[in-house]
Amino acid sequence: MGVNRRKFLKIAGISTLGAAAVPAANALAMNPIEWLDKQLGGFTPSEILLHMGHKPTGLKSREALTAKRWAMVVNVRQLDEEIAEACREICHKIHNVPHIKNPKHEIKWIWAEHYEHALPGQYHEHIDENLKKLPFLVMCNHCFNAPCCRVCPTKATFKRKDGIVLMDMHRCIGCRFCMAACPFGARSFNWIVPWPRAEDGKFEGKEPPSPEFPTRSKGVVEKCNFCAERLAKGQIPACVEAAQELCKKKGREPALVFGDLEDPDSEVRQVLRSHYAIRRKPELGSKPNVYYIV
Amino acid sequence: MYDGGKIIVGIIIGLVLLTFPIWYTHGMAPKRPEVKLPEKEKQCVQSKEYMKTKHMQLLDLWRDSVVRVAQRSYVAPNGTKYDMSLQNTCMSAECHAKKTEFCDRCHDYTGVVPYCWDCHIPPKEEPKEKPEEMH
Repeated sequence: MGVNRRKFLKIAGISTLGAAAVPAANALAMNPIEWLDKQLGGFTPSEILLHMGHKPTGLKSREALTAKRWAMVVNVRQLDEEIAEACREICHKIHNVPHIKNPKHEIKWIWAEHYEHALPGQYHEHIDENLKKLPFLVMCNHCFNAPCCRVCPTKATFKRKDGIVLMDMHRCIGCRFCMAACPFGARSFNWIVPWPRAEDGKFEGKEPPSPEFPTRSKGVVEKCNFCAERLAKGQIPACVEAAQELCKKKGREPALVFGDLEDPDSEVRQVLRSHYAIRRKPELGSKPNVYYIV
Repeated sequence: MYDGGKIIVGIIIGLVLLTFPIWYTHGMAPKRPEVKLPEKEKQCVQSKEYMKTKHMQLLDLWRDSVVRVAQRSYVAPNGTKYDMSLQNTCMSAECHAKKTEFCDRCHDYTGVVPYCWDCHIPPKEEPKEKPEEMH
């Protein structure tokens, strides 16, 4: 006995429904954005197309520190020249930031600034003399509403889901729009080759101090990355670690505090609750994620 | 055909010139490069065949995964997890510790100049012949 057309269509229809039931039920169990996110493995659809069927198989490592929105609090009154210098030194060392004397070519991720330059809107001539002497540690503010990310034509600088504004050096074309957009001067351009090498690949002169971290090439913009590579290993940013160690030695409150701004119990939130903190150039609306206790 | 002889001679000369690179270098093909595989580590993140043809796509995927979505752990087909890093995993001291004996061999042969090493730091290699000590 043969299968007539009517019967065949019935079987085909029911089996299609059956086969689609499991993925459909899975998809309905989460919200559409979560589902899409899972399908794309965290990549954007265009990035998926770029990889042409190569599905990302990456995972977050278990020891990684995660947050909804990373933030830092700088308690300036606890800072001194020594702590500020220690922060700068460790940051520039682990990130292979070259020490270039010519101020036109200089690269900096974190540095000490005078009060009137760090908080220009808050300055007046009768300000506390001690405040003028304090080293204001400044760096990329990892703005919530980052102007650099808006202007970048290649999406080389972008905002990660946890609030960190990162640079993808592979995509940077060196147009420096981001440097023009950043109100804090937190970005540096590589005008010269930072770690020159000979034909055979050997470094001419000084070698980069951290062989496990990449250097940069000539023609890209760089800045503080909130130690994204350390967070992935479960460590807090190097400057925060260095500052906290020195502050402990000197018997002070920690000068730098790092944590999740969206977590009400995090250290940053506790510090922000107990101290009055301000941000740099709030009038611009970039919503920095670095706070200053003055 | 006018000037038939000249045309035919011209065509023959043309063909000889065009095929010159083929017959002139016949039998002189350089030896296929031999890459030196790591001594200690025997297991790569993927099969040899996959890595031969697709290592560039894999590295491209790794860089996007690490930089853009902060997923740094790669799960190999056999279930082992690797830190996605050209500099610290592929080129570690246990694996491809010598760029000149691995990457460069094929890349030089095929005339490929990847710009990985403009920024990433290749492992340190001891010079093969130590320069004679000065007395």
